[in-house]
Amino acid sequence: MRKSLTMTATLAAAILLLSSCTGTTDPGSDGAVEEASEEALVVYNAQHEKLTEEWVEEFTAQTGIEVVLRNGGDSELSNQLVAEGDASRADVFLTENSPAMSLVENAGLFAPVDPATLDLVPEKYRPASGMWTGIAARSAVFVYNPELLDESELPSSILDLQSPSWKGKWGGAPSGADFQAIISAILETQGTEATSEWLAGMKDNATIYRNNIVTMKAVNAGEVAGGIIYHYYWFRDSDSGGENSGNTKLHYFGGQDPGAFVSISGGGVLKSSDNSAKAQQFLAFLAGVSGQTILGEGYSFEYPVGSDVPAKDPLPALDSLDAPIIDPSTLNGPEVIDLIMQAGLL
Amino acid sequence: MTTPPSRALLIIVVVLVVGMLIPVGYVIEATARIGIPELAALLLRARVGELLSNTVLILLLGVPITIVLGVGSAWLVERTDLPGRRFFSIVSVAPLAIPAFVSSYGWASVVPSIQGLGGGLLVATLAYYPLVYLPALATLRGLNPSLEESARSLGLTERAILLKVVIPQLRLAILGGGLIVALHLLAEYGAFAFIRFDTFTTAIVVAYQTTFAGSSAASLGIVLALLSVIVLGMEATARGRARYAYVGSASARPAELVKLGKLAPLAILALSAIGTLATVVPMTSVIRWSLATTPDLLDDLWRALIDTSLLSLSGALGAIVVALPVAWLATRHPSRLSRVLEGGYSIASSLPAIIVALALVTVTLNVAPGLYQTTATVTAAYIIIFLPRALVTLRAGLAQVPESLEEAAQALGKPPFIARMRVTIPLLFPAIAAAGALVALGAANELTATLLLAPTGTRTLATQFWSAASSVDYPGAAPYAISLVLLSIPAVALLFAQTRGKTR
Repeated sequence: MRKSLTMTATLAAAILLLSSCTGTTDPGSDGAVEEASEEALVVYNAQHEKLTEEWVEEFTAQTGIEVVLRNGGDSELSNQLVAEGDASRADVFLTENSPAMSLVENAGLFAPVDPATLDLVPEKYRPASGMWTGIAARSAVFVYNPELLDESELPSSILDLQSPSWKGKWGGAPSGADFQAIISAILETQGTEATSEWLAGMKDNATIYRNNIVTMKAVNAGEVAGGIIYHYYWFRDSDSGGENSGNTKLHYFGGQDPGAFVSISGGGVLKSSDNSAKAQQFLAFLAGVSGQTILGEGYSFEYPVGSDVPAKDPLPALDSLDAPIIDPSTLNGPEVIDLIMQAGLL
Repeated sequence: MTTPPSRALLIIVVVLVVGMLIPVGYVIEATARIGIPELAALLLRARVGELLSNTVLILLLGVPITIVLGVGSAWLVERTDLPGRRFFSIVSVAPLAIPAFVSSYGWASVVPSIQGLGGGLLVATLAYYPLVYLPALATLRGLNPSLEESARSLGLTERAILLKVVIPQLRLAILGGGLIVALHLLAEYGAFAFIRFDTFTTAIVVAYQTTFAGSSAASLGIVLALLSVIVLGMEATARGRARYAYVGSASARPAELVKLGKLAPLAILALSAIGTLATVVPMTSVIRWSLATTPDLLDDLWRALIDTSLLSLSGALGAIVVALPVAWLATRHPSRLSRVLEGGYSIASSLPAIIVALALVTVTLNVAPGLYQTTATVTAAYIIIFLPRALVTLRAGLAQVPESLEEAAQALGKPPFIARMRVTIPLLFPAIAAAGALVALGAANELTATLLLAPTGTRTLATQFWSAASSVDYPGAAPYAISLVLLSIPAVALLFAQTRGKTR
C-alpha cells in the first residue's frame, strides 16, 4: 500500500511538471506555442494565407497591433464560429465567398460594421444589412487547354456542362467553398430542381479535384480539357512563369450567365469580440486605400472592391465581366452543400 | 509473488482509462444523438458506397501486398545467402523514415497523373511494408532452427520448409504487422488526399471542412470506427488460433542460410526495385524541389520547428505520465483486471486520429470550453493516438528492472519512496527516454489531429507542409518534407536496433 502511495506521489509530481510545461498555456491564451500576446487580434482567416499575411504585415506596421491567424476554409470556419457561439475567441472573420458570411450573420454573431468602413465600399459589393462588408471579389472562369478543346467548342453557358457531350471533358473542385459559391449562384438564378440536375450532370461528366489549383494543373497537363475555377489562380500562376497554366487559356462566360458569377469575399467583426475597436480598425484598413492597394498591387490578383483602387494589370475590369446581378446576402451555403451531398459529390 | 495492486494505483489507472476512452464515448454518443433514421439518411448514399468500396478494397489488396513485400524482404535478408544482405536489411526499413504523405507528394510531383486506387496502393504499400518487415525480421532471427533441421532431415525441399515450417511460425508477426498496416490504411489522410483517392478518412476531413464537427462528419466517423473495430476483431480471432503454431524462445545459434544460387540476381533486382520505388523516387523529388526553395522560407521553417518541438515534447511527456501507471500495473500486478484495463487503452488508440480529433473538438467545445483550441487538447490527442508506443516500451523496460533491487535497498534502510526514486526510476530511464522519443517523433509527423486541434497561430512542420503541398507549391513544401524525414530517422534507427536486440 505504501509503495503505491509513493507511486502516486511520483505521478502527481510528474503531472505537475507536465502541466507547468503545457500550462504556460492557461486556457484563454494559446500558450507555449503562441508568441503573440493576449492583446493580439484573432482573425479566423478563410482567405488565402499569403494575402492575409500581406495585409497583416502592413496593418501591424501602421498600428502596432498584433494579429494571429487561424486558417481554414470558408465553410469550416463559418460552421466553427456558429458552433463556438459567444465563446469564440475570434475577433474578425474573413472569407473568400459570401455564403459563409451569411451563415455567421444569420446566426446573429456579427456586430454591425462601422458606417465609415461601409462608405468605402460600393453598395453592390456588400449586403444591405451592413453586418459585414465586401473586401475583395473574384470571377468564375472556364480554363481550357486549346490542344484538347477548340475555341468553337467552348460552352456558352456553365449550364451546358451538364449535357452528356461534356462527359469526361471538364473538372472542378466541389469540396471547396469557391465552387460551392458558384453553385449557389446557379441555385439563386435557376432554382433547386435545375441545380440538382446540373449537379447530377457534373457527377456524370466531371473529374473531381481537390481544389482550383489542382484543377488548373490537370487542364494544363492535358489530363482534362477544361475546368471551372476562379480567375486569379490563372493570373497568379501566369505572372510567376505559368508552370501550371502555360498551356491553358481562360474563357469568360459573360452575358450574366451563372458561370460569369462574381463572388464577394467578406469581412466582419464578431459580436463576442473583446477587442472590437481594434477589430473594426482592421476591417477599415482592409476596405481602405492601404488594404485595397495590397489587393490591387500585391501578389493576389483578386479584385479590389473599395476605395476606388483599380485591379492589377492585365486583369479585365470587374465591371466589364457582365456578371449576373445577385445580392451576396441571398446565397444559401447550407442548401448548396445539401444538394452537393445528394448528388454524391461530397 | 504477485501482490494485488493498491487502491490508489487502481484509481489512477481507471481515471486515465476513462480519459483515453473519450473518443469511443464520442462515437457512441454521436450515434445516439444523430439517431438511426438520420444516420441512415446520411449513410445510405451512393457516395458512402463509393467510400466503403474504396476503403475495403485498399484494405483487402493493400494488407496482403505489404505482407508479401515485408515477409519476402525479411526472409531474403535474414535467411538466404543474398549478397549485400546487411545493406538490403537497411534499405528495406528506410521507407519508414518517410511519412506517407511526403512520399505521396514525391510521387505526385514525378508522376502527376498518379491517382485513385492504383495510386493509393502504390504509395501506401511502399510506405507501410516495413511495418511487416520489422516484426518478420525479428521473428526470423529468434526462430529455433532445430525445427527446420528436423524437416530437412525428413527430406523436405527448401521450398517446402519455407512454406510449411518457416511461414507458419511467422503468423504472429504477420498478423501483428498486418494489423498495424490495416489501421494505418484506415487512418491515412495526407497520402490519399494528395492523389485523389477517397476513403472514409479523407471524406471525414472534407466533411469537417464543409460543415465543421456536425452530424455529417460524425456519421462517417461512426462507420470508420466500426471498420477499425472489425479489423481489430479479425486480428484477435486469427491470433487466438495462431498461438498453437507459435514456437517462441530465442535460438542459441543462427539458422543455416538458404542458397539462392541462380535466383540471387533476381532477388537483388527485386529488393533494389522496391527500395528505389519506396525511397529513391520520393526522396529525389523532395531534394530536387528543396533546391528550388527560396531562402526567406527558412524563417518560417524555424518557427515551425519550434512549434513542432514544443507540441511533440508535451505529447511525449504526457504519454509517459499516462502510460507509466498502467505499465506498472501490468508488469508488477498482472491479473485479469489489469489486462482488461490495458485493453481499454489500446481500443482508444486504434481509432484513427481523425476520430480522436473530432471527439476532442466536440467534447472541449461543449464540456470544457476552457480547453478548446489549447496546447492541452492537442497534447491529449497525441497521448491517445501514440500511447501504445510509450506503453509497449515502458512495459518492456519495467519487466527488465528486478523488483528485488528495490527490496534490497529497502532492506538496507531506505524508505520505499527513496528506494524507488534511487533504484528503479534510474534503471527505467533508458526505457522512458525511448518511449518519449517514439511518441515525440510520431507527434511531429501527425497531420489530421494537429490540423483540427492546434491553437490559433500554431504552425507545425506537418501542417505547413500540407498547406504548401495542397496549393501545389512543391518548392514551398520541400523544406518541411526534408525536416520531417530527418526527424524520423532516429526513431527508425531505434526500431531497427530493437529488432537486432532480439537476436540474442
